Amino acid sequence: MKSYWKFAALVAVIVGTLIWLAVGGTTGNMTYYKTVAELGQLGSRAEGKRLRVGGDVEPGSISRSGGEVSFVLVQEKRRLKVVYRGSEPLPDTFRDGAQALADGRMGSDGIFRASQIQAKCASKYEAKPGMQHPANINKAGV
Amino acid sequence: MENLGALAVLLAFCLAVFAMAASIVGGWRRNSFLVESGRRAVYSIWLLLTVASGVLVTGLLTGDFRFAYVAANSNRAMPMLYKFAAWWGGQEGSLLLWSWLLACYAAVVMFTNRRKHRGIMPWVTAALMAPQCFFLILNAFVASPFRMLAVGRGITSVADGRGLNPLLQYPAMAIHPPMLYLGYVGFAAPFAFAMGSLITRQPGDDWIHTTRRWTLVTWLFQTSGIVLGAGWAYAVLGWGGYWNWDPVENASFLPWVTATAFLHSVMMQEKKGMMKVWNMVLVSATFFLCIFGTFLTRSGIVSSVHAFAQSSIGWWFLGFLAIMIAGAVWLILSRLDYLKSEARLESVVSRESSFMFNNLILLAAAFAILWGTLFPVISEAVTGDKITVGPPFFNRINIPIGLFLLFLTGVGPLFAWRRTSLESLRRNFQWPLAGGVALVGGLVAAGMRHPYALVSFGLCLFVAWTILVEFSKGARAIHLKTGQNLARAAVELTQRNTRRYGGYIVHLGIVLMFVGFTGSAFNQNTTVEAKVGDSLSLGHYQMRVSEIRDAENDNYTWYTAKLEVSRDGQALGAMTPERRMYKASRQGTSEVAIRRRPNEDLYLNFAGMSDDNQRAVIQAFVFPLVSWIWIGFWVVAAGTLICLVPNKVRFQYARMPAVRVTGKYAATAQK
Repeated sequence: MKSYWKFAALVAVIVGTLIWLAVGGTTGNMTYYKTVAELGQLGSRAEGKRLRVGGDVEPGSISRSGGEVSFVLVQEKRRLKVVYRGSEPLPDTFRDGAQALADGRMGSDGIFRASQIQAKCASKYEAKPGMQHPANINKAGV
Repeated sequence: MENLGALAVLLAFCLAVFAMAASIVGGWRRNSFLVESGRRAVYSIWLLLTVASGVLVTGLLTGDFRFAYVAANSNRAMPMLYKFAAWWGGQEGSLLLWSWLLACYAAVVMFTNRRKHRGIMPWVTAALMAPQCFFLILNAFVASPFRMLAVGRGITSVADGRGLNPLLQYPAMAIHPPMLYLGYVGFAAPFAFAMGSLITRQPGDDWIHTTRRWTLVTWLFQTSGIVLGAGWAYAVLGWGGYWNWDPVENASFLPWVTATAFLHSVMMQEKKGMMKVWNMVLVSATFFLCIFGTFLTRSGIVSSVHAFAQSSIGWWFLGFLAIMIAGAVWLILSRLDYLKSEARLESVVSRESSFMFNNLILLAAAFAILWGTLFPVISEAVTGDKITVGPPFFNRINIPIGLFLLFLTGVGPLFAWRRTSLESLRRNFQWPLAGGVALVGGLVAAGMRHPYALVSFGLCLFVAWTILVEFSKGARAIHLKTGQNLARAAVELTQRNTRRYGGYIVHLGIVLMFVGFTGSAFNQNTTVEAKVGDSLSLGHYQMRVSEIRDAENDNYTWYTAKLEVSRDGQALGAMTPERRMYKASRQGTSEVAIRRRPNEDLYLNFAGMSDDNQRAVIQAFVFPLVSWIWIGFWVVAAGTLICLVPNKVRFQYARMPAVRVTGKYAATAQK
């Protein structure tokens, strides 16, 4: 009986630790997924929140200066200016007209500061099962 | 041609339904005629699906662009290898591959067990044919690879197909999906045997002995598939990462986690008759997660931007999964009495409890990964907002879990069954523990402050040490008895108990992989825009751009930069990263330059040209220890293969009457 309680205690400690980690990890890393249109509706409430915004890259809007890349995401006639300053290379699929996901925070000046960009080419493309989709190429390493 | 393929799939579907029905009725009524006809139907299904696959592959190889599938996934310019790989390049083809592999496995199961397990075989057939029916429904009616391009009522064709994505035209990528599929599909066999033994309430653990090698082989396929994917991502994608907790990666990783838990906990059932319910749950969960993984990649349910083929196919998967899960749960619950444990846990410090904690932790990992992967779906259902949790979430949970598992890897095998005395703990762990602590102390003194990395390195040394001590202990005993030298004695030792020592080698491989993972805590990178003559430096390395060139061929235009690399003033030669822009798809790819060394990789990526087209954007990365991941994988593979080899004793002595007892014991021990 004594060993039974020891077991119960150990299991409780382990499971408790993991739940604590999971809850902390979930609340600390929540990123709201919004489209450009939805972001426009949010208005100033979006400021400062960690967001992931999806839209199409406006053709001709990509410009590089120094280590900074800026471009415009459009969706349903709404536009969002995005500035990306990150150490990682932009994905190979990132180009005019591509669907892109920008991960970052909304600034008070209405410019979205992205820390990560993912992109998917506009043409229909099916990925293979169990394989990394080329849209994910630009991400932090583990 | 096209009609032949479609007809073969249709016939295979009818036969699969028949095989399942005949086996169930035959098993129920003990009608051996029906059972036998069900068995033979399985062979026919294999034949029919081989024909269907042959038709599709012929279409791909010869460029028959009347097939919608060929037009979408192949083109004339592709090399033969990738034309063949286009078989699994799209939804329809990869589902056909699933079906065909399942049929192959089913046929092998039927053939190897044709004179064994009379009682449960009908049910095994039925359990194998259930997923077969499901996938054949998809092949025949939902996602047929034999759809033709048609205008009005006439079949038409296009001049050239769209071809495979250039990023995927890479040898490791061509074999990565079938590897994973071999692992996914293979778990149908252990699952079928488990269900068969449950249905018939077979006494004993026959199903585990029968499927032990299956499980190991499919586990090896899964491992290889996952590592191939990681290696491809590292070498091709240009950001140097190999794992990012992407939903698709998670989908392939989940069944691996539960399969690993299963491999460990079956030992408890074999040796002690414990954890029987648990094993049933694990083998079912693994198989369901394999189906679920296919579903996740096929339905596009999880991440919005990686919309794969968005189709109604997801609902088919969900329906099938729901039916199978309900069936398995009902079977397990209705037969709990037969799954009663034969022994109890006695001590917290025992082999049993280390197995139990290993399982608990692995399951927790699987659950956390599943939770994180499905979080956007769950949160959208609950709050209406789609919320994702990124890699930080997964790392936060899985790094401690990984370290705890590593710790168990070291201590578990050395705990005695039932209970372990303090004395033996001291004897076994004194020096390895001292070694690990000393290493941590040394690293702290050398200025390392990363807490997880310190713990990980300490544990790696500790575990490796305990494993080597096990080998040397056994080898010395043989050396004393036979006079063989120690190296030869270690080989002899491994041959005598392949399962145990093969397992240790697998553990050693995992330790090496952890060394590689830990190195990522010290990654460095820099990005510069450089023209010819400019220099950049990163860590110990200095690089000078000596040449930037551009040119083109039929397929793509390319830029290369030549960089003269030196380390602490000592010249190391030139590296030339390249950037390609494929003309047909207007897609760019990076051909990175990697200098691989055991201590660290230098990784150069040509990210593009600056806006004024004068300077090259060069990204340099240093990845410490990353090679050990790949080395560790080969060690894991070697260890797994050793586990598959029968013990030597059994072969040598089994036929000699005087030592028949030894032979018999060896046979039992080997099981």
